[in-house]
Amino acid sequence: MAKTITTPLDEKTARSLKAGDRVLIDGVIYTGRDAAHARLLEMAKKGEPWPLDLQDQIIYYVGPCPEKPGQVIGPAGPTTSGRMDLFTPALLEKGLRGMIGKGSRSPQVVETMKKVGAVYFVATGGAAALIADRITASELVAFGELGTEAIRRLVVKEFPVIVALDSDGNDLYKIGREKFRVAV
Amino acid sequence: MREIHVDQITGAVREMCMQACYDLPEDVAAALTAAREREESELGREILGELQENIAIARERRVAICQDTGITVVFVKLGQDVRIVGGSFNSAINEGVRRGYTEGYLRKSVVCDPLERKNTGDNTPAVIHIEVVPGDGLHLTVAPKGIGSENMSGVKMLVPALGSQGVIDFIYEVVERAGPNPCPPIVVGVGIGGTMEKAAILAKKALFRPLGQPHSLPHIAELEQKSLERINNSGIGPMGLGGRTTALAVQAEVYPTHIGGLPVAVNIQCHACRHAEKEL
Ligand code: SF4
Repeated sequence: MAKTITTPLDEKTARSLKAGDRVLIDGVIYTGRDAAHARLLEMAKKGEPWPLDLQDQIIYYVGPCPEKPGQVIGPAGPTTSGRMDLFTPALLEKGLRGMIGKGSRSPQVVETMKKVGAVYFVATGGAAALIADRITASELVAFGELGTEAIRRLVVKEFPVIVALDSDGNDLYKIGREKFRVAV
Repeated sequence: MREIHVDQITGAVREMCMQACYDLPEDVAAALTAAREREESELGREILGELQENIAIARERRVAICQDTGITVVFVKLGQDVRIVGGSFNSAINEGVRRGYTEGYLRKSVVCDPLERKNTGDNTPAVIHIEVVPGDGLHLTVAPKGIGSENMSGVKMLVPALGSQGVIDFIYEVVERAGPNPCPPIVVGVGIGGTMEKAAILAKKALFRPLGQPHSLPHIAELEQKSLERINNSGIGPMGLGGRTTALAVQAEVYPTHIGGLPVAVNIQCHACRHAEKEL
């Protein structure tokens, strides 16, 4: 049975989610991938304010296809999260509560997640047409010139994810793999 | 001499970019279905089910299977009795990519300079491999390559004494290092022999062979089979979350090499194993 959560995601709810939980997300999430992360950190370095408040928010690592006429968004599946690892601890320190992507994270990300009480979800990589169906609205927030890499505000309904890393540091990639490894 | 006009090439490439991105080849879809029946992990079966549903949606609505519609790799077999008329051959292919990605609502993922990283805005240029063959045919294969899986690939120059066991070990090492990142289940393309770049091209070409069809050389077929078994015993599973389906197939191609060398390239391909072919 999947749990449904509604954003914004507070620390208590985030800490209650455990690796392996199936979760449906309702509400607002933000998109952001390589270039947007680099921009945010550059701005922070210069002391400039960010175009969005990350407190208790979820970032979805995605660079969607352009939408066809009449569509809210083009196909929009997760991208590899590891490329964001260098930037992520700084975002978590600023209140980011959840991330959606695919693939493993660095020890630094896991440590910061444990400290601040954040959660890392994975969505099914390559299921982009299916996932786009759960996005009901999309609006540009910042960095429009980055095209697919811009930050967008998405409204989602029953957005399907799995908790891969919880705030205790449990890692579904390790747990799941151990269960099915065949010793030779 | 048979003449082929560049407009024909542009039109074909445009079509193939869209077809490849919307419509997963039947053999790959069938391999996913078979994997779902075999998969022991409940979550794994669910994930494989989502992938099947996704393929059906993309096909029906003519939208991309995956948002990473890749950098476009084009393999050309150009008959030596063909004369290309009306313009430049490479420009004709790139114009086809430009139109396919723009008119097909596909994502533009190519940056012009690998270090300055400014998006070219139309997914050009393609990576083009041309082989001249006898006859007056022109065969095109368009393969959009997502970077999630491409990034997990590897090349190694082995010592010949390591032999087939060394090759199997290296294939496994690459898959293991890739873990969940290339969206398993994956297809593993392997190139053995030649030189460093020859092995890499063979590894990519191996991905287009009908899925699960063993190599015609028995010792290579055996190497493919052994590697596949070992990979599927790893426990990585669908999306790396645990299960018995890590790879749908391991496909190898070989080429003569130097007395002192054993180059091996492993090209990792995600389940979105997209390619379209056309004979002009
Ligand atoms: S690895 Fe393949 S399926 Fe996964 S996001 Fe990239 S292109 Fe899509």
